[in-house]
Amino acid sequence: MLANWGYQDGSGSYFITIDTDKCNGCRKCVDPCPQGVLEVGEDPADPLREEPVAFVSESKRKKLRFSCSPCKKYLTAEGGSAASRTSPEILAREMRNLPCVAACDRGAITHSW
Amino acid sequence: MATDQEEKKELWRWLESRWTNSDIDWKKGKIITAGIDIGSVSTQCVVMVDGELYCYGNLRSGSSSGDSASRGANFALDGTGMTVKDWHYCIGTGYGRVNVPMAKRAITEIACHGRGANWMYGPQVRTILDMGGQDCKVIRIDERGKLTNFAMNDKCAAGAGRGMEVFADFIGISINEVGDRSFDIDEEPKPVSSTCVIFAKSEAGGLLREGWAVNKVLAAYCSAMAHRVWELMMRVGLEPEVGITGGIAKNRGVVERIEKELGMKFSPKVWHNSEYQKHNIPFDTQIAGAVGAALFAKAAVEKGKG
Amino acid sequence: MISAGIDIGGKDVKVLLLKNGQILAREKASGGFDQTAVVNELLAMAVKNAGIKKEDIEKTGVTGSGKKYAPPHDEEITEIGAAVKGATFLIPSAKTVIDSGAEDSRGVKCEGGVVKDFATNDKCAAGAGAFTEAMARALEVSLEDFGKIALQSTKTQPINAQCAVFAESEVVSLINSKVAKEDIAKAVNDALAERVVAMVKRIGVEKDVVVIGGLARNPGYIQGIKEGLKTDIVVPDYPEFVAALGAALAAREKR
Repeated sequence: MLANWGYQDGSGSYFITIDTDKCNGCRKCVDPCPQGVLEVGEDPADPLREEPVAFVSESKRKKLRFSCSPCKKYLTAEGGSAASRTSPEILAREMRNLPCVAACDRGAITHSW
Repeated sequence: MATDQEEKKELWRWLESRWTNSDIDWKKGKIITAGIDIGSVSTQCVVMVDGELYCYGNLRSGSSSGDSASRGANFALDGTGMTVKDWHYCIGTGYGRVNVPMAKRAITEIACHGRGANWMYGPQVRTILDMGGQDCKVIRIDERGKLTNFAMNDKCAAGAGRGMEVFADFIGISINEVGDRSFDIDEEPKPVSSTCVIFAKSEAGGLLREGWAVNKVLAAYCSAMAHRVWELMMRVGLEPEVGITGGIAKNRGVVERIEKELGMKFSPKVWHNSEYQKHNIPFDTQIAGAVGAALFAKAAVEKGKG
Repeated sequence: MISAGIDIGGKDVKVLLLKNGQILAREKASGGFDQTAVVNELLAMAVKNAGIKKEDIEKTGVTGSGKKYAPPHDEEITEIGAAVKGATFLIPSAKTVIDSGAEDSRGVKCEGGVVKDFATNDKCAAGAGAFTEAMARALEVSLEDFGKIALQSTKTQPINAQCAVFAESEVVSLINSKVAKEDIAKAVNDALAERVVAMVKRIGVEKDVVVIGGLARNPGYIQGIKEGLKTDIVVPDYPEFVAALGAALAAREKR
């Protein structure tokens, strides 16, 4: 299952996607995040899943743009949707360098911006 | 089955409704389960007897979730002789799910909506759009109602029913009229450019002063909201058929404009169970979450957790 | 030379007259329905208070989200440029400028008056003054008092909503639960300051940090910014006029 955690508002769309089919609850993504955005535990979206899974902490879901921005120095000056001002090649490459994305050896985490 | 005891009450722009199946003798039922969906704006309670819809109620949420849960249950059970104590298992869902005193468990509304929509519409529905008072969700499911992809936006009022309430209030139109009036225009206008409902109000004020008819301003706002919903749907991706649940289904001003942007129509509101369809049981899109919760409750009883 | 700076903001129009580095007059009014008319009225008032004639104004500069409503002028400058020019003129050591208005906020990294990087919060009322305005209404206090009462708060009260519309409902239910107005006001100011601080941190915070714009008049918001940045900040007098000052400076420089 692709769990898209985050939000969209007037300034843009900010989602962190966890592929729960790939996630095995190993917890390697939790500590590298300087803002404590990720948690591992009972799947908040799948009541029938037995093993733990990574997800975006409830208190962070609606503030993702702000909690993640310190790691996203590659985003060029914001004004409207930040991602649209950064070239797609830089965006793709830098996303792989984000601490949470890099920590997951199954590639279960992606950011939408 | 008779569609008796169907009452509607207009309350502050929302219709409250309830329905009971007087053909079922619940005392002969083996498994009685209930689902209570407490939203920030509306609450639904659905009761099933052996997996058949027995009764449901849909009403405005109160200031406390526990209170909404009790009122919802009483409203649904009114006149049936059944009480909460007769329930074998109840599951709470929605925004206020952890505060449902009679529930044994809380399950997220995303999972409940997926299950409920699958049961109401049938296995051909693979994508669900749900918009309630304070959020908008797009859910993809497999043929059994299991989630494969989802996104929920509950951060911004412009993408939820509350935004439409605020705007309708500002323009001075009852929310029930928004849909029809937004199509009573000469030409479809461009959508309002403001993506925030607070800024959209100022923009609308400017348009009205420029001489725009109220209906045209409504159309422009509905169009902007439809586009926002479309963006969320694109994030999750679409697989036909697409079913709609939640209060938004009752606003054709937004729904028909989304259909236009998608280039496809939403699934007709027809019960998968042909008996229900034949007997004209009202297909209330707002009960999908509570239906899913009642179904999860039944599964729990069958697994021996009752 | 006398130059005029006009800042047509989301809520208020600001007009400033500058002569050889001295500010002659400042006037402000709500933009209302006809911003162009308001600009002309303010210019007339400013000219009168400065003791000069309209013809004495040699160059006019314009900035703000409503700059398209300005009467004929000599120079246009972005809000970012105006913020930096104005702030650097008043505080030459400015390296971070935070400008918060009614409808948007911006954080600008600069040096010697040159823009090096910027970040904005716009298109969402929760990132700007419209947020505090809506809450002040819900609390039934004036905008001036709203900032002041926040300083009297003794308890932390989080606000979960990240939207001005949802927060208004949340504030109403907090009032109904008898939470003190001061604590609610502080929570609102802190929430807004948190969003602005997060935006500014992305460009990096370097002293001297100058905070301008209408919101800088709100002491509760300023305290939230200080606590969030954990550094000293400078708030110039008449912070809401700094962008207009920047526009007047830009006009003066235009050949």
